Amino acid sequence: MKMNGSQMMCEALLREGVDAVFGIPGGAILPFYQTLPEFPKLRHILVRHEQGATHAADGYFRASGRVGVAIGTSGPGATNMLSGIACALTDSVPMVCITGQVARGAIGTDAFQETDTIGVSMPVVKHSYQIMHAVDVPRVVREAFYIARNGRPGPVLIDFPKDVQTEIGEFVWPEEPVFDTDYRPIMDAQTSDLRQAAQLIAQAQRPVILSGHGVILAGASDEVQQLAEKTQIPVITTLLGISGIRSSHPLNLGMPGMHGLASASIAINEADLLIAVGMRFDDRVTGRLSAFAPHAKVIHIDIDPAEISKNVKATVGIVGDAKRVLRQLMPLVTPASHGDWIATIERLKKNHPLYVPDEGDKLFPQHVIQAISDVTDGHAVLVTGVGQHQMWAAHHYNFKERGLFISSGGQGTMGYEVPAAMGAAVARPDKQVWSICGDGGFQMTMYELATCAENNIPAKYAIINNNNLGMVKQWQDIFYKQDYVATKYTKNPDFVKLADAFGILGLRCDSRSKLLDVVKKANAHPGPVLVDFVVESSENVYPMIPAGQSIAELMEDPRIKKANTSGSKGR
Amino acid sequence: MEADRVHTIVALLRDRPGVLNRVASVIRRRGFNISSLTVGNCETEGLSRMTFVVQGDDNIADQVTKQLRKLMDVVRIADISYESFISREMALIKVRANPATRGEIMQIVDIFRANIVDVSPEALVIEVTGDEDKVASLLGMVNHFGVCEVQRSGRLSMVRGMIGAGDSTAVVTRSPNGHIPEVAVEVDRSGG
Repeated sequence: MKMNGSQMMCEALLREGVDAVFGIPGGAILPFYQTLPEFPKLRHILVRHEQGATHAADGYFRASGRVGVAIGTSGPGATNMLSGIACALTDSVPMVCITGQVARGAIGTDAFQETDTIGVSMPVVKHSYQIMHAVDVPRVVREAFYIARNGRPGPVLIDFPKDVQTEIGEFVWPEEPVFDTDYRPIMDAQTSDLRQAAQLIAQAQRPVILSGHGVILAGASDEVQQLAEKTQIPVITTLLGISGIRSSHPLNLGMPGMHGLASASIAINEADLLIAVGMRFDDRVTGRLSAFAPHAKVIHIDIDPAEISKNVKATVGIVGDAKRVLRQLMPLVTPASHGDWIATIERLKKNHPLYVPDEGDKLFPQHVIQAISDVTDGHAVLVTGVGQHQMWAAHHYNFKERGLFISSGGQGTMGYEVPAAMGAAVARPDKQVWSICGDGGFQMTMYELATCAENNIPAKYAIINNNNLGMVKQWQDIFYKQDYVATKYTKNPDFVKLADAFGILGLRCDSRSKLLDVVKKANAHPGPVLVDFVVESSENVYPMIPAGQSIAELMEDPRIKKANTSGSKGR
Repeated sequence: MEADRVHTIVALLRDRPGVLNRVASVIRRRGFNISSLTVGNCETEGLSRMTFVVQGDDNIADQVTKQLRKLMDVVRIADISYESFISREMALIKVRANPATRGEIMQIVDIFRANIVDVSPEALVIEVTGDEDKVASLLGMVNHFGVCEVQRSGRLSMVRGMIGAGDSTAVVTRSPNGHIPEVAVEVDRSGG
């Protein structure tokens, strides 16, 4: 069938199963946009900024498992997408980004709105294409989605020159992705490695499972839980691994590391075996590598060969898909009880609780997360930004389902929360979507509230408003003698009026007694809502292990010691 | 910290615009300085073979090799530093020469089994092929005549025997640190 390049792009996207795309037009992508009305099944959501399009596509995937698509024009359109692309790459999120480009003849001439998009995006994409002939569109789209989804997932960029968008050619859809070289990620483990891993598991006295984002990406939650239950091994989840196993599972130890639970960090320190699945030993997990898990052998299962022994040397490295490898491993491991170890873990959990302030009617951030958790009964999709509120969300939301926690982990992209929640809400109309926002991050991307209002996207935005760049301020508290340089917002906007200006419901809550009513009201509202939770601004996140330090430098909430002077020895 | 050593990495790449850019970008990110890089067509159409030489510790070289392997345009790649391999380099050296010195230079060139490929009243161009030491020795020998211009090709390397790292149909099983045996499967994704 004869089509122009733009029609081919739309047709190819539909054939890849895309039902919604996020984007904003400009000159160099306009022929493509003018073609969209011919493809009514392709829902286009007009965002306000290209960064919003990328984070929305990211949230769309994390909430649904369907690859998100972001579209922008050339030059600034493309460069605005870079933060979202980098965020997706670090967190292994598949995404297809389509950028307009100046006409082929103008490439390299410093034409209006020309940027070397392939060049500037190269370090942050999994792969990229510049389509130079319209007939290549179907093949490139097929490959792009395949590459984005398979192996370690990641963003793929397609740069689409304006005159290729109008060039006519024959549309030929490759039934299978065609590569002129073979791209085959390793999915299955080798038997010898599995045997060795099973042997290490059988010998271990104090093993822990470290479950990461890869477990959620591979849909391996059941397998992790089965392995944990069969062998009675506690499960520690990384930030992005949260909700890989339900929060209240007796073997779930929660998040370790810089702001992880003390019990999880101590368990790693005492463990004699780490079974790391779909995680990459990020520095926020390990702290100082030379002091990390000093007694432990390491089984490292990851789809990306480059992650094995990158930060922590693996005793047994297994490259493969988490789900398939764990299924292969399961019959080889023998049931165990690890009674003493489990008892130690239980004691750690009991002796190192999270502290939740209780000071009359004063509203603390932890209360907000707990209230949202209670009102949504642990079944909402929870999207967070980056900073203190992110850590409180990680600590205090009681996830009862898997894969509900969506957050910018590796890049720590502030502002992620607003568009990502929007994308999640588009992808999952069946789910309540709550975005936990910092007042800082929210103001980086708040323009997307207009998109929510325009399309009646019912995300609930909870600003944990401490009128500070809270996490940075916390570092100033601890490492810079409370010298607060450039972290206080002395004139934040009136967020309720702002919501009103955007045409969505705005609520405010500044006391604990009003909290539950406000959260219930927001949760019950059918459209988008913004809630300004004005919280105590002095509150800091504990526990904390300072960057580059070890468990020896673990700081627990100073108030725990006061409340618990005659309690456990702790550490 | 392990001591730095010279790593010779051989790769098969898709012959695509920007591929060198992608490879160089990964190497730069890990802070390696490329001491030489040679790339050209190979036995399979659509693929190029590249040899590059970097200095760094084994772990970082291993990491760079693995990161490069993730690029879609890298079909195969291996650090062959721990293999038995042949390396050759070619250099063109323009040396000042007059009737009085020409004979002596030609003798040196003969000893090194190099060739003279251009003669003019004031200069000679020597073509020499060999390992880097040989090229360096020859340069040392002719230096005092006045070397005007040197162009070195960079190292070309090939693993000895039938099956080698660069072979577009073979599988390499060894990695410098001995771990990650699955690399053997990973490198086997050539369509050639």
